[in-house]
This record gives sequence, structure tokens and C-alpha cells, in this order.
Amino acid sequence: MPQKLDQLVEMFQMFDPADRTNLLLSYADQFRDVPREIAARPFPKSHQVPQCESDAYVWARRQSDGTLKLYFAVENPSGVSAKALAAILDKTLSGLPASEIAQVNTDIVEKIFRQNISMGKGIGLMSMVQAVATLAKAAASTRQASD
Amino acid sequence: MASPIDQRGYAHPEVLVSTEWVEQHLNDPKVRLVESNEDTLLYASGHVPGAVHVDWTADLNDQIRRDYITREGFEALMSKIGATKDTTVVFYGDKNNWWACYAFWVFQLFGHTNARVMDGGRIKWLKENKPLSRDVPSYPKTRYAAGERNDAPIRAFRDDVLAHLKKQGQLVDVRSPEEYAGTRMHMPDYPNEGALRGGHIPGAKSIPWAKAINPDEGTFKAAAELQKLYCEDNRLSPTGDTIAYCRIGERSSHTWFALTYLLGFQRVRNYDGSWTEWGNLVGVPIER
Repeated sequence: MPQKLDQLVEMFQMFDPADRTNLLLSYADQFRDVPREIAARPFPKSHQVPQCESDAYVWARRQSDGTLKLYFAVENPSGVSAKALAAILDKTLSGLPASEIAQVNTDIVEKIFRQNISMGKGIGLMSMVQAVATLAKAAASTRQASD
Repeated sequence: MASPIDQRGYAHPEVLVSTEWVEQHLNDPKVRLVESNEDTLLYASGHVPGAVHVDWTADLNDQIRRDYITREGFEALMSKIGATKDTTVVFYGDKNNWWACYAFWVFQLFGHTNARVMDGGRIKWLKENKPLSRDVPSYPKTRYAAGERNDAPIRAFRDDVLAHLKKQGQLVDVRSPEEYAGTRMHMPDYPNEGALRGGHIPGAKSIPWAKAINPDEGTFKAAAELQKLYCEDNRLSPTGDTIAYCRIGERSSHTWFALTYLLGFQRVRNYDGSWTEWGNLVGVPIER
């Protein structure tokens, strides 16, 4: 798993529930909507995260140095957890090579959110992680094909 | 925009309070605001000032068995939120008050009838730009002596539903039409609440919960509209024994609330086992 993300997950696992909630909230506050130059509403379904009740979207764009930058949109104003995860993924994965981002694992959702996932409703969050991995794998394949 | 609550013709209008009423009672020591949401981070991101958080998973459900908390658990919860028998507990939350109605329903299992729901929930409060706070209030612990949990009046179990079927009792399926028809095995975006079989309980009327709501602001529709929806279009009788269900009992608690308090149905029970139980149960009848 990408090192920065791994370190953050470890930190989350050391926190008690109150601190974990506060940290997640601080990440949600740092969420930035996808800029218009990347995508404008209405967003294409092809970028919609499946099975996410917060109506989230994700994009991956290759930067000039060959690394990927992730962008997200969360259309449900109540989607605080989705925004928190989007911000975490952006901050820990953007700027990495596609092949490295592709290693991200859905296990991080339970490790990060713990009690903040209510009775099996973490599927949408795992789906967001999976969507990022899928985009990264596709970008990595494209890069290989053109090499 | 919805008309004032007392002008909507409800059987029990007193159980619904407006956002204005809540704003006027923010500092009322006899009122305890309770926020219950699906996303458990939502409360922390900003809540009605003075409101406490009741996590429907951690605070209302048994952590081992699929059941609700016991009397001791309810007493501990009430102590934690600083409520007594005289406290008016006002519930609100996201998703047009799904979880607020669910929490309200659980509180009725323990007989705390001094309870209300804030019409419109979080979404209306936010749309009206009313104040939010991230301060988590702390109230002095109270002593709350609850009776034993009494499920029979408002909660239906599997065998109750089987008996209900035999006497052709009124059944309300509040899920989406696709779930009712069996073409979808789970609620959109909730694949973890799937079942091995799709369809509905034989004889159930398909009345999706959201039809009781004004979608622009999350308020409940007036009694005349609800009357048309449930009694005229779907021929439900207010005096008939009625059971509502969905997948795990949260959407159906919303409908239970509407039928019981807004239309005055005499006997409505929430089958909280709902489709996650029935759709996985060996040998029970299913219709498509």
C-alpha cells in the first residue's frame, strides 16, 4: 500500500473514537470539489462511484511528471464520510505513479472509519477506494501500452 | 412550502414540531434535542446547538444479537443524554428523518411518549440557514427508571407476520417499486442489505416511504394527501391491523410514524426484521 496512506491508516488505528471522529471531520473540512476545468455538472455516470449513497464521483488525471492527480465530487450535502475519505485519498495518493495508486486496498475503510461505519453501510466508501484503484490500473495500463 | 403543522389536519399534530419551534426552545431545559443520522460523522460536522447524538447503531441496537437495547441500556442512554420522564425529546436527522423516526420508535418501545419529531429534519434546518454548532453539549447525568421493553404494541416479529398473513391483515411494503417487484435485491446503493430472494410479502401494498414527504424540504405531506395515498389509492383502513416493513425497519418506522400519528391509524406495527429476514427465510411465501 502507498506509504503515506499506510502511515495515516496506522495513525487512525491508534486513536480513540473521539479523536478518530475529529480527525475524520478535519479531513472532511479539507474536501475540495472537482474544478470546472476537470469536470462540470451534470457529471457523467462513467465517473460515478457505484453503490455510494453520497452520490460521489472520481477522476484521475495524469500530470506533466507522469503521476496522477485525483479529483472528487460528493453531491449529497450530508455525505460527510465520503468527503472525508475523498480528502484522505487525494492527500495521500495524488502525486504518485498510477502503478502505486493501483495498490490501494478497500481494507483501509474499516481501519480508518471503525465505529463510524454503521452496520454494514461502508460499502459506498469501499466502492470509492475501488473506483480509485480501477482508474489507476487503467492509467497504468495506458502508460505501459504507450511505452 | 408546507403549511403550518396545525393546519395540516393531522390526527396528532402535537407530535410534530417545526424548525421555528425548535429554534425557540434551544435553551429550554425541559427539551432535549436528539440527532440521529445514517452517516455517523454528520452530527460532528455541525448540529442544532445543544443537540445530543444518538447513534442508531451503537446506542439503540444490541451489539451482539439482532435486537434492540434492553431496559438497562435505555436507562443508561437516557442518563447519558440527561433526560428524565419529564423531558420532551425532539428527534431530527438526515434522509428526511428516517433515523429520527427510527429512534423515536425505539423510544416508544420503552414508553417515553414525551417525544416529538422536527418536521423537515436536518435538511430543512440547513435550508433555512438556522444555526449549527460543533460543540458537543454535556448534560448532568440523570436517573431514569424505565419499564421493561414492550414490543407487542408497535413491533412485529416473523411469527406475527405469518399470523397476519393468514388473516389477510394490512401489509405495507415501503421499499422502492423495484425491490417490491423483486427485480432489485437490495436498496439502491445499499448492496450489503441484500437477500437471497427478491419480491414482497404476499398481499403487501407497495407504498414507498418517500411518498409521504414533500421532497423539496423533507416535511410530511398534509393529512388530506396522506389520506389519499394510503386510504383511497391503496385502500388501507385506519382501523385495520397494519404492519409496515422495508429492509431493516428504518424506512418502515418512518411510515409507521406517518400512519400512527399523522393519520391516526389505530394499530400499526413495524416489522423490523423486514426483507433482510423475510427474503432469507426458508419456506415463507413470497410474491412477485
